[in-house]
Amino acid sequence: MLEISGLTSHYGRIQALKGIDVTVNEGELVALVGANGAGKTTLLRCLSGVQPVSGGTIRFEGRDITRVAGEDRVRLGIAQVPEGRQVFGALSVEDNLRLGAYCRHGPDVEADIKRMYAQFPILKTKRNQAAGTLSGGQQQMLALARALMSHPRLLLLDEPSMGLAPRLVAEIFRIIETLKSEGTTIFLVEQNAYAALAIADRGYVLETGQVVLVDSGTQLLANDKVKEAYLGQ
Amino acid sequence: MFAEFLQYLLSGITVGAIYALAGLGFAIIYNSSHVINFAQGEFIMIGGMATSSLVAAGLPLWAAVLLAVVITMLVGVAVEFFAVRPARNADVVAVIIITIGASIFLRGLAQLIWDKESHALPSFSGDAPIHLLGATIVPQSLWVIGVSFLSILVLGWFFNRTLFGKAMLATAYNRLAAQLMGIRVKRVLTASFGMSAILGAIGGIVITPITYTNYEAGVMLGLKGFSAAVLGGLGNGLGAVVGGLIVGIAESLGAGYISSSYKDAIAFVIILFVLFFMPNGLFGKRGTERV
Ligand SMILES: Nc1ncnc2c1ncn2[C@@H]1O[C@H](COP(=O)(O)OP(=O)(O)OP(=O)(O)O)[C@@H](O)[C@H]1O
Ligand SMILES: [Mg+2]
Repeated sequence: MLEISGLTSHYGRIQALKGIDVTVNEGELVALVGANGAGKTTLLRCLSGVQPVSGGTIRFEGRDITRVAGEDRVRLGIAQVPEGRQVFGALSVEDNLRLGAYCRHGPDVEADIKRMYAQFPILKTKRNQAAGTLSGGQQQMLALARALMSHPRLLLLDEPSMGLAPRLVAEIFRIIETLKSEGTTIFLVEQNAYAALAIADRGYVLETGQVVLVDSGTQLLANDKVKEAYLGQ
Repeated sequence: MFAEFLQYLLSGITVGAIYALAGLGFAIIYNSSHVINFAQGEFIMIGGMATSSLVAAGLPLWAAVLLAVVITMLVGVAVEFFAVRPARNADVVAVIIITIGASIFLRGLAQLIWDKESHALPSFSGDAPIHLLGATIVPQSLWVIGVSFLSILVLGWFFNRTLFGKAMLATAYNRLAAQLMGIRVKRVLTASFGMSAILGAIGGIVITPITYTNYEAGVMLGLKGFSAAVLGGLGNGLGAVVGGLIVGIAESLGAGYISSSYKDAIAFVIILFVLFFMPNGLFGKRGTERV
């Protein structure tokens, strides 16, 4: 479904990605783990088209989308939950959801909002509040629900558990598993390597802009290098 | 005594309404791009000048107004497309200077298309003054206040009730997230210039029967609108409206009770005061979290 080959990206003269090859198959949950500054966010930003690519290609459902503008990738079926949630703080929860469906306005948007409220009941009770007044965990739910409003076929998640209390982290991962079981393809970036690899079909380990390991989630969890570097064992 | 005060107040509210519309124009563009568009005053001028010459050419008033609004909107869109967009990767300060260049260009163009003379427009519904508690008000003032009020309501409706309006707000709050929603942020920028131009044009059209207009009339009106926006807190719509009314009323009271030669100075005293003592304006956000 998603094939990234030889992808490079720069911030000015600093090369953040040094030739990335990653494949995500339809229906898979693929985790990308790596330390601070490894380039995980940069890779996701390249995928959603908000970060310039300096080389290599991104193919989505067989089509080369390397040069497709960021705004149009949502329309192709790629949605990103950005690092730090990035909800529209001054707008209401419901407006945030509505903007999530910006690309496909129609009567079924209201039905989708209802579905999101059923899935994330806390959002329903806060529907008219400014998103900025929500707690971190609630904002993460909102960011996730907002991304789902676009009916993505590929969901990109950037550190959804960052800064959340353990109970909420567990809840977020439960939601991710549910989404996967419903058929959404997911590319999950996490520093919480243990939790991510535990639910992933396959995982990639990124170090300073390069993929250094690829394997199934369970194999990576058992890998000595991974244990040492990312699981603190 | 009271009648005199009321008189100054009414004329202050009348010009204040125009400043409010101009201030809103500044706010809309500032929100979508953090650029302060110093060509805002020229939109006011073009609205008035175009209507005046279209009426002189024989068009009925309503058609002239409609056409002038459309022309001004196209000018606004053109400013964004030809002057601001090519510099989108430049520093905000550079873009602001570009808008100053655009304003000089538009003034020059107006001088070529029209002339250096003063241009008038007949009042929309006569000149018979209306008496009110000892003060008098010309019917055109009611037009100015009414049309401005209506424009502000429509604008409020647009931003709070329509999806594109919300998308514009979302882009102002968080450009990156807006892009991730599939909002075409370039279009938002173009729309913000078009809308600000429309607001300017409306103000210019309704005020021209009272003040007349000429190719340079936008300079002062634009600066007053800018002080309104700064006073209200840059980027705050409600602030721009309140700021516009305060600047207008302060100016009119100052001119009445002190001296009319200080009229223009008052707006600048207000700008300086705000910049020194309350850089966030009346309704602006504190601190750095400016969205
Ligand atoms: N806006 C920027 N300008 C310059 N360099 C940047 C910028 N953003 C990231 N970088 C650099 O690019 C590299 C990759 O950063 P990136 O944010 O992709 O890492 P990450 O794996 O997401 O890290 P984290 O786990 O902290 O989120 C880092 O060395 C970082 O310093
Ligand atoms: Mg990151």
